Amino acid sequence: MNGVDRIDQVFRDLKKSGGAAFMPYHAMGYPTREESLEVVAALAEAGADIIEFGIPHSDPLADGPTIQTATYSALVGGTTVADCLQMSRELRDRGVSTPFCAMSYYNPVLAFGEEQFVEAAADAGIDGLIVPDLPPGESEMLEPACREAGLATVYMLAPTSTEERIKSVARHATGFIYLVSVTGITGARDELPPGLPAFVERVRRHTDLPLAVGFGISTGKQAARVADIAEGVIVGSALVKAAGSEEGLDAVRSLAERLATGSHRTQDEPD
Amino acid sequence: MTLSTTSSPVNYGAVPDETGRFGPYGGKYVPETLMPALEELEEAYLNARVDQAFMQELAHLQHTYVGRPTPLTYARRLSEELGGAQIYLKREDLAHSGAHKINNALGQALLMKRKMGKSRIVAETGAGQHGVATATACALLGIGCIVYMGTVDMERQKPNVFRMQLLGAEVRSVDSGSRTLKDAINEAIRDWVTNVETTHYLLGSALGPHPYPAMVRDFQSVIGREAHGQMQDPAEGGPGRLPDAIVACVGGGSNAIGIFHPFLEEESVRLIGVEAGGHGIEDGAHAARFADPERGRLGVLQGTKSYVLQDADGQIALTHSISAGLDYASVGPEHAWLRDVGRSEYTYCTDTQTLAGFKALCELEGIIPALESAHAVGYVLELAPQMAKDQVILINLSGRGDKDLGTVMQTIGGVS
Repeated sequence: MNGVDRIDQVFRDLKKSGGAAFMPYHAMGYPTREESLEVVAALAEAGADIIEFGIPHSDPLADGPTIQTATYSALVGGTTVADCLQMSRELRDRGVSTPFCAMSYYNPVLAFGEEQFVEAAADAGIDGLIVPDLPPGESEMLEPACREAGLATVYMLAPTSTEERIKSVARHATGFIYLVSVTGITGARDELPPGLPAFVERVRRHTDLPLAVGFGISTGKQAARVADIAEGVIVGSALVKAAGSEEGLDAVRSLAERLATGSHRTQDEPD
Repeated sequence: MTLSTTSSPVNYGAVPDETGRFGPYGGKYVPETLMPALEELEEAYLNARVDQAFMQELAHLQHTYVGRPTPLTYARRLSEELGGAQIYLKREDLAHSGAHKINNALGQALLMKRKMGKSRIVAETGAGQHGVATATACALLGIGCIVYMGTVDMERQKPNVFRMQLLGAEVRSVDSGSRTLKDAINEAIRDWVTNVETTHYLLGSALGPHPYPAMVRDFQSVIGREAHGQMQDPAEGGPGRLPDAIVACVGGGSNAIGIFHPFLEEESVRLIGVEAGGHGIEDGAHAARFADPERGRLGVLQGTKSYVLQDADGQIALTHSISAGLDYASVGPEHAWLRDVGRSEYTYCTDTQTLAGFKALCELEGIIPALESAHAVGYVLELAPQMAKDQVILINLSGRGDKDLGTVMQTIGGVS
């Protein structure tokens, strides 16, 4: 099985159980290298179905303050692209088998060499790639390399996306499509946007790929609501904040369990 | 398919192509949320370009409000002192609000007002000149305006912060990253992503995702069009001929591309961009993307592919320049392309050389230039003596230096 197959398998299995995938993000190297490995292992144990493996960048222009601060701290701590891939390898060696999607801005990938990066990522146990500042049309190098290596190319769509853009993303994406729930940057929000169900439906008309919703989700209750309309629930900032809090790993575990319960819809009234 | 031959001339009018590329540079590297806004902007801009009423209104404002055409000044004493080429100055420092930035700010603000259903403008600023120009254009046209500025830049450009506030803009401080221009752009883009349905991002240089590099170039090309006529017309103060070289400072590169562009087909005219050499290339504290073979490489920053100062891991390097307006890690994609095809050349000027240029222009011509523009003057101190007396250099004097008095006082020791 290659990366695309492993991601497809996750969504096929969940379809049978009727739940949505719980897809947490973590900023690798934060709070420290060792702790970030512990966080990812804890997320897997708490029921994560796919983990977004955040590679830090100096200029994260789609990210809000929580992830900006975490990735900046990871960079100051000496986190490199190569070491992020090494961390993936170490987690695989520890027996963490949850599919990983590397999430990186484009310039670190370009600097690494696009084909070299994809090859190294696949070799390190990465299953898919999300590059927020690389829309289809600009990925003529990266996409064939991912096809070759069997990595999923995940693209984003936003509430502002036109029918044309939705069609284009549907043609290029593999694994799943990442729906940005709000016009905005990453960060926990109190309410889910009212237009979300309509947005999800608008995209669904053009694709059979699983749809995962991210940006702004922070509670089990919100996760359950998203799980009613989409196949995946992506949570970043709330978990990163928990990882940086005093309770650290305990806070991550407890929040991740609630989010997993909500996403999997294994409980009627999650917190 | 056409076969290219080595002798075929470069078609300067063919860039960017419809995907926004200048050769391998340019493009649209932005989060998906912004793609529709870029498409809308491109459509509005293409429409405005061929709309006579729009172009007439812009020309009218440039004349009656900005004070265009800006004059051409013969720098007699500077030329005599250097003993080589005759030096002329295109006086963008005399444009209303003190720099060439108003050409683009007014163009984009008018575009939003007449062609786009939006009500709010966000902008970034480094030196404060683009922020002041944007605040000015927004006051004139009655548009709400928010300017993002790094806290380091706010400290070194205090008078401009106050100017923007007087003009009714809200100045928001940016305390992330290096707290300079790059970080202000990140924050302006984050605001734009969040409020894209009501908001236009008035980017201040020939940078960013397509269509900005082309649109900003076109709004700034008024500088080169005027200079092209003025140089050949003695009644306008010109030498009655085209210059042998045009020299302009390059941060993002909007004043340079604005004066270069109308001269691209004039093959006898050398086009020279001057980057910020800071403390020198070997020192590492500079913003000379083309001059640093180790860290200046192909990269993507803030929506466009170009030369970017970065480390081996693709993290954007911290830059330094005495002038906030040149203190940026990337350069406009069209400059990277013009350099590749051999049409323009790039050099750099250190902080020390820049101050020499600054003082020379003050003392010999009675003009206090912006520190950005003083980079062009600083390089000409070297270039002019190597040229013959019957040769001509045209400097784009992109802005005036009132905003920099604090920095200069600190650096050269203040009032004696």
